[in-house]
Amino acid sequence: MSGSNTLTVNGKAFSLPDHVTPDTPLLDILRNTLGLTGTRFGCGLEQCGACMVLVDGQPVQACNAALDSVAGKAVTTIEGLAGPDGKLHPLQQAFLDEQAGQCGYCLSGILMAAKALLDRNPAPSRTEIAAALDANLCRCGSHIRILKAVERAAATLRAEG
Amino acid sequence: MNDTVKLPASLTGNPRLDRWVKFEDDRTVRVASGKVEIGQGIVTALAQIAADELDLPLNRVTLLSGSTEHGPDEQYTSSSLSIMVSGASIRLVCAEVRALLTEQAALRLNCSPEDLIVSDGAFVRDGAPTGLDYWDVAPALDLSRAPTGRAKPKAASAYRLVGQDVPRADLPGKVCGAPDTYLHDMRPAGAVHARTLRQPNPGAVLTDLDEASVRRASGDPALRIVRRANFVAFVSQSERAAEAAAVHAESNATWSGLRDLRGPEQEGGWLVGRPAELREIGAPTANTSGATMIEATYTRPYIAHASMGPSAGVALYDGETMTIWSHGQGMHPLRKNIAEVLGLDPAKVVCHHRHGPGCYGHNGADDAALDAGIVALALPGETVRLQWRREEEFAYEPVSPAMSVTVKVALDAAGNPTDWTQEIWSASHVQRPGSGSGYLLASEALENPPGPVKVTDPPEERGGGGTRNAVPLYRMAAHRIRHHLVTQGPVRTSALRGLGAPTNVFAMECMMDELAARAGKDPLAYRLALLDDARARAVLERTAAMSGWAKRGKGGEGKGLGIAFARYKNMAAYSAVAVAVTVDEEVRLDHVWSASDAGLVINPDGARNQLEGGIVQAASFALKEQVRLEGSGIASRDWDAYPILRFSEIPPVDVEVIGSADDPALGMGECTVGPTCAAIGNAVAHALGRRIYDMPLNRERIMAALLA
Repeated sequence: MSGSNTLTVNGKAFSLPDHVTPDTPLLDILRNTLGLTGTRFGCGLEQCGACMVLVDGQPVQACNAALDSVAGKAVTTIEGLAGPDGKLHPLQQAFLDEQAGQCGYCLSGILMAAKALLDRNPAPSRTEIAAALDANLCRCGSHIRILKAVERAAATLRAEG
Repeated sequence: MNDTVKLPASLTGNPRLDRWVKFEDDRTVRVASGKVEIGQGIVTALAQIAADELDLPLNRVTLLSGSTEHGPDEQYTSSSLSIMVSGASIRLVCAEVRALLTEQAALRLNCSPEDLIVSDGAFVRDGAPTGLDYWDVAPALDLSRAPTGRAKPKAASAYRLVGQDVPRADLPGKVCGAPDTYLHDMRPAGAVHARTLRQPNPGAVLTDLDEASVRRASGDPALRIVRRANFVAFVSQSERAAEAAAVHAESNATWSGLRDLRGPEQEGGWLVGRPAELREIGAPTANTSGATMIEATYTRPYIAHASMGPSAGVALYDGETMTIWSHGQGMHPLRKNIAEVLGLDPAKVVCHHRHGPGCYGHNGADDAALDAGIVALALPGETVRLQWRREEEFAYEPVSPAMSVTVKVALDAAGNPTDWTQEIWSASHVQRPGSGSGYLLASEALENPPGPVKVTDPPEERGGGGTRNAVPLYRMAAHRIRHHLVTQGPVRTSALRGLGAPTNVFAMECMMDELAARAGKDPLAYRLALLDDARARAVLERTAAMSGWAKRGKGGEGKGLGIAFARYKNMAAYSAVAVAVTVDEEVRLDHVWSASDAGLVINPDGARNQLEGGIVQAASFALKEQVRLEGSGIASRDWDAYPILRFSEIPPVDVEVIGSADDPALGMGECTVGPTCAAIGNAVAHALGRRIYDMPLNRERIMAALLA
């Protein structure tokens, strides 16, 4: 299992301390070792999507993803969604434009799931967006605005070419 | 004094202007509220009100919310009262402060206050700068004085920011994953992580816990275990170790005095005939002999708040002062309650609000704050970050009580109601700590658990609890409530969005459809003919038009359209909701339409966000949700056992805010919840040709109705 104690997050390689073991969940490493608290703990059971990140572009719930399952892969979190210059990703801008959120606790995971969708399907239908977000729960009932925001972001990205 | 405004309760309770408004050195104004942001956008809306009254741009106003150290005590953020009470208080305070500052500036400028106007906080005379601004003259004013209510707030026509779609101040951080967005993100230097072992039910006694095995399972040889009577917490530098310890302890601890619930207790119908206090409210029981009597019983089970994140608390005890950070709904009540349980002087407890996952009522937040405080008291000088596990949140938060509502109606010859009884069986809807029968969870596990308390429910003048929205607004000779406040329920209950309103409105508005059908009338026309309040009629008529009600079919073939109406608490916002459904083995929502009238709306987009959220959440209540009871308590402890509505189940939802800005602002955060439940009930009945009386209207109930 040697070699697991480095991790690439948002394009940056991190050397992890000794107490992080190959079976340590990715979410715990993000929040407690790297201080990247934007990825949320929701259930720890892979049932709610609050902890969703991208691993080599694929949406993965970080709560139960052990370090060795992501070793050598590229992890992207909500903190890596905006550009290096701080410019918001079109998804983030669209969520602000639609005021798509209430408590906001689910948004990090939803934004990452939406990013994975738009990366593979630049022109999703409303049904395809809903299907792509079905692993993500929202309790405030912001779904309607979130669906609109993803459609808006898709249009922006297509226009940007 | 004739034009003095009656001061809102928040102002009479906090009669010092400087508790509300403070002029900062950086040319901003800090406005304080006891109400807190729970995802509803209140911090943004209150800033709009303050900026308008002070003639300031929004970027010169900061909102301090939920601080026992600096802000006013406004009890809990609840009942859709924040705009009506805190907003009204801030409006009066800011108007008075503006008047006082203007008088002060006029003195210095040797002119009349009427000669001065304020632009971006600076005094302007005859269109020219005077060289004086708020921050120049504020130091000369003693704002420790009480508000008088004599300064006249602006007329609605003068608002610049109120009534505008101002973007939420908290959202940019939330879409960027910014540090310290939520309480859960706090990682003060040297903070330790804690988890608890919960007492399974009140009165249960911990007879055995192998601490050595817990420590081994945690993987942290230095794991500390804080134990007081039947309260246990595990503390480690490693969050993962604390979690592992709690998981291991839960499956290995031995308890005596465990309850043994079998399942029937989880249904609303179980409540009928249980020990209860009966109150009869309204007209005396009528002599209805000879009249046609209609009766039906509607129920709802226990519902979870089901917040997206589990509750958490952060606490630091320095040997003298206990500082608590919490995502609860009221920091001043929390201070008092925590001081009482920990045996501390309330003056030595400071509570600060931080954002949390949406709670929609009284969830585990206050309890987690006490848990953190208990651990911090045992570990002076260490900052304790205590978080509940997901299973703990589902199993130990107070849940919204199940209800059984029987509606008995006497009809006249035309089929219109003349006498209406709404008979309610429900446990308490508000057991917030320190109010009525409420207590903080861990106090039950400590050395001297609280004794039996008198069970109470909110009084009618505050909208009632189990009785909320049980009085029909339809024209009829007499009506009454028979309220059985069940005193011994199987599980701890407390406030969830709408309290008793969702079930009472479900019962009342489903009954209205049944009465319309008996009278051979269209459900909309039947209601309109019995409503005298023009605003009530307007929301119904607008909602019906939005939904294409005129083209509604006769139903019975799996497609249905239903409508329902309520005025929240019979004194807040008016709302009607129409729902189109397709029903086969389960209910699919095809479209929802809703018009609401909340009078003056501070932030229309924020209001629509609340109306939409209320609709989606209520649809989830009505179609899916039920807390399962088994063994020592709640058995539905994860999202598989407690499903909520998902993205793929969300229909198009169209909401409109109608009404006049000249009418006073009415609380609207909860107004769509009851009508949504009832409109779904009516739509399903229209689709099936038969009615389902028990929520949730899930597959099991649809199949039973189809087979009946």
